[in-house]
Amino acid sequence: MATYLEFIQQNEERDGVRFSWNVWPSSRLEATRMVVPLACLLTPLKERPDLPPVQYEPVLCSRPTCKAVLNPLCQVDYRAKLWACNFCFQRNQFPPAYAGISEVNQPAELMPQFSTIEYVIQRGAQSPLIFLYVVDTCLEEDDLQALKESLQMSLSLLPPDALVGLITFGRMVQVHELSCEGISKSYVFRGTKDLTAKQIQDMLGLSKPAMPMQQARPAQPQEHPFVSSRFLQPIQKIDMNLTDLLGELQRDPWPVTQGKRPLRSTGVALSIAVGLLEGTFPNTGARIMLFTGGPPTQGPGMVVGDELKIPIRSWHDIEKDNARFMKKATKHYEMLANRTAANGHCIDIYACALDQTGLLEMKCCTNLTGGHMVMGDSFNTSLFKQTFQRIFSKDFNGDFRMAFGATLEVKTSRELKIAGAIGPCVSLNMKGPCVSENELGVGGTSQWKICGLDPTSTLGIYFEVVNQHNAPIPQGGRGAIQFVTQYQHSSTQKRIRVTTIARNWADAQSQLRHIEAAFDQEAAAVLMARLGVFRAESEEGPDVLRWLDRQLIRLCQKFGQYNKEDPTSFRLSDSFSLYPQFMFHLRRSPFLQVFNNSPDESSYYRHHFARQDLTQSLIMIQPILYSYSFHGPPEPVLLDSSSILADRILLMDTFFQIVIYLGETIAQWQKAGYQDMPEYENFKHLLQAPLDDAQEILQARFPMPRYINTEHGGSQARFLLSKVNPSQTHNNLYAWGQETGAPILTDDVSLQVFMDHLKKLAVSSAC
Amino acid sequence: MNVNQSAAPVPPFGQPQPIYPGYHQSNYGGQPGTTAPPTSYGAYNGPVPGYQQTLPQGVSRAPPSSGAPPVSTAQATCGQTAYGQFGQGDVQNGPSSTVQMQRLPGSQPFGSPLAPVVSQPAVLQPYGPPPTSAQVTAQLAGMQISGAMAPAPPPSGLGYGPPMSLASASGSFPNSGPYGSYPQGQAPPLSQAQGHQGVQPPQRSAPPLASSFTPPASGVPRMPSMTSPLLPGQGFGGPPVSQPNHVSSPPPQALPPGPQVTGPPGPPPPMHSSQQPGYQLQQNGSFGPTRGPQPNYGSPYPGAPTFGSQPGPPQPLPPKRLDPDAIPSPIQVIEDDRNNRGSEPFVTGVRGQVPPLVTTSFLVKDQGNASPRYIRCTSYNIPCTSDMAKQAQVPLAAVIKPLARLPPEEASPYVVDHGESGPLRCNRCKAYMCPFMQFIEGGRRFQCCFCSCINDVPPQYFQHLDHTGKRVDAYDRPELSLGSYEFLATVDYCKNNKFPSPPAFIFMIDVSYNAIRTGLVRLLCEELKSLLDYLPREGGAEESAIRVGFVTYNKVLHFYNVKSSLAQPQMMVVSDVADMFVPLLDGFLVNVNESRAVITSLLDQIPEMFADTRETETVFAPVIQAGMEALKAAECAGKLFLFHTSLPIAEAPGKLKNRDDRKLINTDKEKTLFQPQTGAYQTLAKECVAQGCCVDLFLFPNQYVDVATLSVVPQLTGGSVYKYACFQVENDQERFLSDLRRDVQKVVGFDAVMRVRTSTGIRAVDFFGAFYMSNTTDVELAGLDGDKTVTVEFKHDDRLNEESGALLQCALLYTSCAGQRRLRIHNLALNCCTLLADLYRNCETDTLINYMAKFAYRGVLNSPVKSVRDTLITQCAQILACYRKNCASPSSAGQLILPECMKLLPVYLNCVLKSDVLQPGAEVTTDDRAYVRQLVTSMDVAETNVFFYPRLLPLTKSPIESTTEPPAIRASEERLSNGDIYLLENGLNLFLWVGASVQQGVVQSLFNVPSFSQITSGLSVLPVLDNPLSKKVRGLIDSLRAQRSRYMKLIVVKQEDKLEMLFKHFLVEDKSLSGGASYVDFLCHMHKEIRQLLS
Repeated sequence: MATYLEFIQQNEERDGVRFSWNVWPSSRLEATRMVVPLACLLTPLKERPDLPPVQYEPVLCSRPTCKAVLNPLCQVDYRAKLWACNFCFQRNQFPPAYAGISEVNQPAELMPQFSTIEYVIQRGAQSPLIFLYVVDTCLEEDDLQALKESLQMSLSLLPPDALVGLITFGRMVQVHELSCEGISKSYVFRGTKDLTAKQIQDMLGLSKPAMPMQQARPAQPQEHPFVSSRFLQPIQKIDMNLTDLLGELQRDPWPVTQGKRPLRSTGVALSIAVGLLEGTFPNTGARIMLFTGGPPTQGPGMVVGDELKIPIRSWHDIEKDNARFMKKATKHYEMLANRTAANGHCIDIYACALDQTGLLEMKCCTNLTGGHMVMGDSFNTSLFKQTFQRIFSKDFNGDFRMAFGATLEVKTSRELKIAGAIGPCVSLNMKGPCVSENELGVGGTSQWKICGLDPTSTLGIYFEVVNQHNAPIPQGGRGAIQFVTQYQHSSTQKRIRVTTIARNWADAQSQLRHIEAAFDQEAAAVLMARLGVFRAESEEGPDVLRWLDRQLIRLCQKFGQYNKEDPTSFRLSDSFSLYPQFMFHLRRSPFLQVFNNSPDESSYYRHHFARQDLTQSLIMIQPILYSYSFHGPPEPVLLDSSSILADRILLMDTFFQIVIYLGETIAQWQKAGYQDMPEYENFKHLLQAPLDDAQEILQARFPMPRYINTEHGGSQARFLLSKVNPSQTHNNLYAWGQETGAPILTDDVSLQVFMDHLKKLAVSSAC
Repeated sequence: MNVNQSAAPVPPFGQPQPIYPGYHQSNYGGQPGTTAPPTSYGAYNGPVPGYQQTLPQGVSRAPPSSGAPPVSTAQATCGQTAYGQFGQGDVQNGPSSTVQMQRLPGSQPFGSPLAPVVSQPAVLQPYGPPPTSAQVTAQLAGMQISGAMAPAPPPSGLGYGPPMSLASASGSFPNSGPYGSYPQGQAPPLSQAQGHQGVQPPQRSAPPLASSFTPPASGVPRMPSMTSPLLPGQGFGGPPVSQPNHVSSPPPQALPPGPQVTGPPGPPPPMHSSQQPGYQLQQNGSFGPTRGPQPNYGSPYPGAPTFGSQPGPPQPLPPKRLDPDAIPSPIQVIEDDRNNRGSEPFVTGVRGQVPPLVTTSFLVKDQGNASPRYIRCTSYNIPCTSDMAKQAQVPLAAVIKPLARLPPEEASPYVVDHGESGPLRCNRCKAYMCPFMQFIEGGRRFQCCFCSCINDVPPQYFQHLDHTGKRVDAYDRPELSLGSYEFLATVDYCKNNKFPSPPAFIFMIDVSYNAIRTGLVRLLCEELKSLLDYLPREGGAEESAIRVGFVTYNKVLHFYNVKSSLAQPQMMVVSDVADMFVPLLDGFLVNVNESRAVITSLLDQIPEMFADTRETETVFAPVIQAGMEALKAAECAGKLFLFHTSLPIAEAPGKLKNRDDRKLINTDKEKTLFQPQTGAYQTLAKECVAQGCCVDLFLFPNQYVDVATLSVVPQLTGGSVYKYACFQVENDQERFLSDLRRDVQKVVGFDAVMRVRTSTGIRAVDFFGAFYMSNTTDVELAGLDGDKTVTVEFKHDDRLNEESGALLQCALLYTSCAGQRRLRIHNLALNCCTLLADLYRNCETDTLINYMAKFAYRGVLNSPVKSVRDTLITQCAQILACYRKNCASPSSAGQLILPECMKLLPVYLNCVLKSDVLQPGAEVTTDDRAYVRQLVTSMDVAETNVFFYPRLLPLTKSPIESTTEPPAIRASEERLSNGDIYLLENGLNLFLWVGASVQQGVVQSLFNVPSFSQITSGLSVLPVLDNPLSKKVRGLIDSLRAQRSRYMKLIVVKQEDKLEMLFKHFLVEDKSLSGGASYVDFLCHMHKEIRQLLS
């Protein structure tokens, strides 16, 4: 087992890939009986400090339908200078540049340690990165001030040759012209009127140069800078201008009467932003960054009316089909998202407000384009400020941790087909021989577009084994998958990263143990969770839970050791042991439970769940709990109410929140001020320890989690109490009668009860 | 103009031609070559034919006419010499027909031999000897034109049948058109002649001729006839005669020296004449006509043809001639009134008093009736019954200028504050408290003077009555003792029951290529920087309460945020012109002083920003819409100043297409040229009015911009339109800036509603002016300034009482420029009469003309211009006929008898008929007509007076030392002497006419050039020279400009220069090139009409 853990970890570090199964069942039938599909979590741009990109282009298989990239798995005939494609078995001549190739003189892509390799493409014009700020001005004064400062600060973080643009909106939408001296110009649009891209470009005066562009394609590159120059300018040129402009931004001047929401034209603003980029820089890396402080209240994409007495839709309204603007708004944003994706741009949404801001309707803008979604209470919080700052963080090479306009192409061996992908991507609708008819997630294609991604962006990719039972794969046969990601690097280079992996086939009947042992329960949990969340977007919550339960039961039936009808005899091997627990917490998670969450929050949580890597995803499913005490070094403890003890300090990380919880006694000591007494310095240290650890987590996390410092009986303790397994509740407290842990006031079932039921159902022959 | 005339006349002539041919050939054959003038006259040729037509008439009469023609020339010459005094018979261009008639006679005289032939022997006799003219004048003086004269013609007729000709002539005139075809041999000459008239130096030709012929010239005047006559003349003694004419013309060839040439006239001329025909014609035309008509007053018939009326009984009238000096002279009337009434203040205490003329400067003392500066009526004595009114046909109208500016010596209306209860009003008719209200029951109640309702006096307003039944405090309260006063309005009088905020001015500047290229934008921005310090203020306020905003536009609109806190202005572009909105609220309308730095910076940058623009398309309606929306958003009233250059053809609401089509003139569709292209502007205007958004439009067109459509909104919102065709900074800067300054600085009332209440028996039924009416009683004015008038027409709806008279109360509710809501009340009491004579005795012709012009100008929107003209003529004839029938002492039917108060009605009306709107000349564009039409609509009486009858001031006649304005002379070419310099102004234009033989010293001291020939024609600025003459003239020009609401650009016109054409257009007593009748001809025609009505 240990070997498999190492193998998995090694693979993840090298290739950014985690498979649910690391030995693959060799027939379609067997594969379906495995319950958890053959799938992987792929982090296309996983940071690889040890992987310098090669400065040449990949060698492709010459078969037009294949075009796989030369990789270490290919058989090479050094004498004949031939290589055989391991996907289609086409024999290919090496290109002339490879004339000197030999066993001892191999190009990097043939070396086994370069199963993942990155090529830099020198061809084509490099276009600068583009950042288009779309700023809501219907904010409170201090919020706007904070936002302005953050934006001004961000200018210094941008690459100097990046193009920036500014659109502000409130009741009207203003597109600012950045190149003018002495007077600041902007184009103003009514916030209530939906305009087509053509109209927008006409009104911005962008359409004239467009004509020659169409007629004379070659001239296009020259035309571009000219066309865009007014609204998108190199930061180095208009740094001062823009700083001043941002500084002079005023709150939306239109009066808001009592009992009304400010009129906010988010829908039109986004539409104009999209139209502007569409007309000027299609297929160039660009970020539209939307900063909004409230829900869209007018025009296309409005989420709620301006009457304060009518609250914004809740899950309750949605279930009752009582959210009158939702469908229309969603449609509007979906249309925008699709257009944006088609242009290769991405949209970020930074929504800071105490109430909902319409993320539910707007989520597709970020989800389909690979943009960020950040939700906070105010722009004047460190949560926003640091999160925003982190967007412009740089990697070990000094490059921005962002990439644009990526296309992910997946190639498989013949025994496999691609069922779909779940993540911040859109389908490119590339049909092909390796595309399955059964869809899981976004399917029906072998290529996806990921308009914006960063080193942690992770996609779940689902496969289907199509090999028939009666056509066994020879012993030792391996299946291969190649992931080809073409993207625009933040240095504006075009790059291609190729990852080729192979796994052994095994006959599920004779070698089930092998397969079982190669099960990656963490990856499987996350992959199943993604499927569940994906379903939850379109299905009723209870249906999804039932589906998840059924899958779990079936898995247990398949791989559990038990005697029929004897729950007590039920055992799971180590490689499956944690899986049910993950599912237990997943069922309670905000990804599937909407109770106590607003529609916006659900959208926000799901957004992040669908793009984070495995580790972060697992934290989201099952938060981590550390305990600090005088009894020894900090230790991870069970996410259980029994861990909540009076003389402990707990640190919980749910990904979205970091909670530091002082046990009852600790809290009393702290109130008594012991930490300030020299003789109790150890207490001071104890108090400090979780804070330091929290800081460490905060440093690395994007987006910044909500940081909560609370204590026994504090109102914020609810964040902790809602997460832990309610092993002690008001129902069984007295029955247990022990003084360990804290009772949770809930009717939810505990893990114990859940497991009992699971065992019972797994062993029952009724299912 | 000639063309038109000619066209009409030609046809008839077909016949005449034959005759002529012979003549012409002989005479003209040679001439043609010679004619130098042709160039200029070329155009005129057309007209000539017209003249010929007359000839045709002559044709029948041909013989006589022929005789006559020579005469005409002769006359012309004579005119100069002999008539020098008169100035000129020439003037009579207008009614060529009439002229012809006259001429015929004239011609007769000339051909002295022929003379007998000439229809009017009697006349002739007089002619021979200058005295005749004298006689005529005498007659004229009497105002009565002896019809008797007419008969005379027959005699002449005998030989020539001139009388006949006359008649026929009239008919023929119209025909003249046909001439076109004829032109060939004969016609040409003639045509030339005509042309000349128009163009021409009547003087030159005239003088020489005159000398030879003397008075008879009068007959001559009908140059046209002349031609015809000439031909015949040739046949007859013709040759000589014709020669003279020709001769005169020759000089014209010499053009420059014109006058001199005239000298040579004699024999040689014949040849010349033929060549120069053009000239001659001109001369003839001008001269002939004048004289003819003058002498013949009675002869009206001739005129008839012109008017389209048939010749009627030519025979009877033919020969009469009228002396221009004998017919009523506007100058004399004005002068008399000035002398008689200028010295005493006009006290308004007495009911039904006719005020002095608008041309007289006088002081007003308000003792209970509104000053004539506020209200003038067509008659101060209203017929008691509607039957009487119908009989007299005198329109009952009041021209009201509610916010008129007063001279400094007169106090502006007192403001009365009645506190929270607001002004006291009649409960039933809502009339406001005024001096005519009758207090009864010891002062506890009052009876409304308008509806007789008895109202309680509120306790706080109670006051005891004295023994005469007057309130003891009557003289302490303006509303009980004055004709005009103001009330402070309470919140009930405000929109939405909220006191208004101070109004705003929004400057909206076209920055398309045209505007940039002409330098307009730069000029304007520069000017605005200082002009903004002079926004109108109320009373002693330190700074204006008015806020300002700026918009520029071409195909899209640019709004500017000039908030004081900004370091630099912000520009906001709105491209969505289809659905206009205002992109900002705060910072668009600002206080000038607070935002001065930002505004200055903006105005500095606007010209730079657009310096390289290539955008030529503009929008228009969205601009107004934007301004209006801005005011709406700011919840205030205000004014938009639009500076616009071109036809708005960009895709947007209110988009226009070029629909200018001169072919429509004189057709039933002509009215469409005055109508807006689209209804969109009316709708927009309605919204503007609702918001109190007044629009002032400054146009700078290079070509057709469709003023008729663009001016809809200004018109309906009480705004003004200014037009600067082919604007060039160097030439038009002064005029534009001056207008702009005045327009921005003038005191304006906003969001106004005017209501005219009347005592029982009459009712306000019709309104004319720049405003909008959503119902039949309330005049809504988004803006109203001190230059705008509203003309109101009244009709009877019951019998009036002589004792109680008739009362008018005009109440204007408005927001002052400081944002104060006020009511201005003007009261006026009129007498009522049962005798028509009283009516005629108390009329005001100037006001009448104001009304009639506005009525006619509105009429052209819906009826063919011709029928509008006919209506005017008919109404005038009816008015005068009614007088003749009911009021005048019995006299010969042939006499034209005019009421003293209305003796100028014919001359003024003729001016209206000849105005560009009703009778456009060839050079008058469709835009010009629409512009003038629009202007006249809100003119006051003084403005219409001078507009229709321009003031012509001789500059060198009076001693240089005299400080007073030189006495005006009549607007006729005859009155000009080529040794003098004249100023002519009509409120819009200002000409300085320089005679060809002005002393060199004068030229030097005025123009700083050694000789006449070196004066730049078209000069618009006089050099500043330090000599008495220069100072005096420049001073006079300045003072004339100061009297007018618009800056008049000076144009220096040299005698016989091309520009003289333009100038002559304003010599309204003469026959006009566009076919307008001369004064004399028109008078004759009017006489004829009257006679027809009487019989």
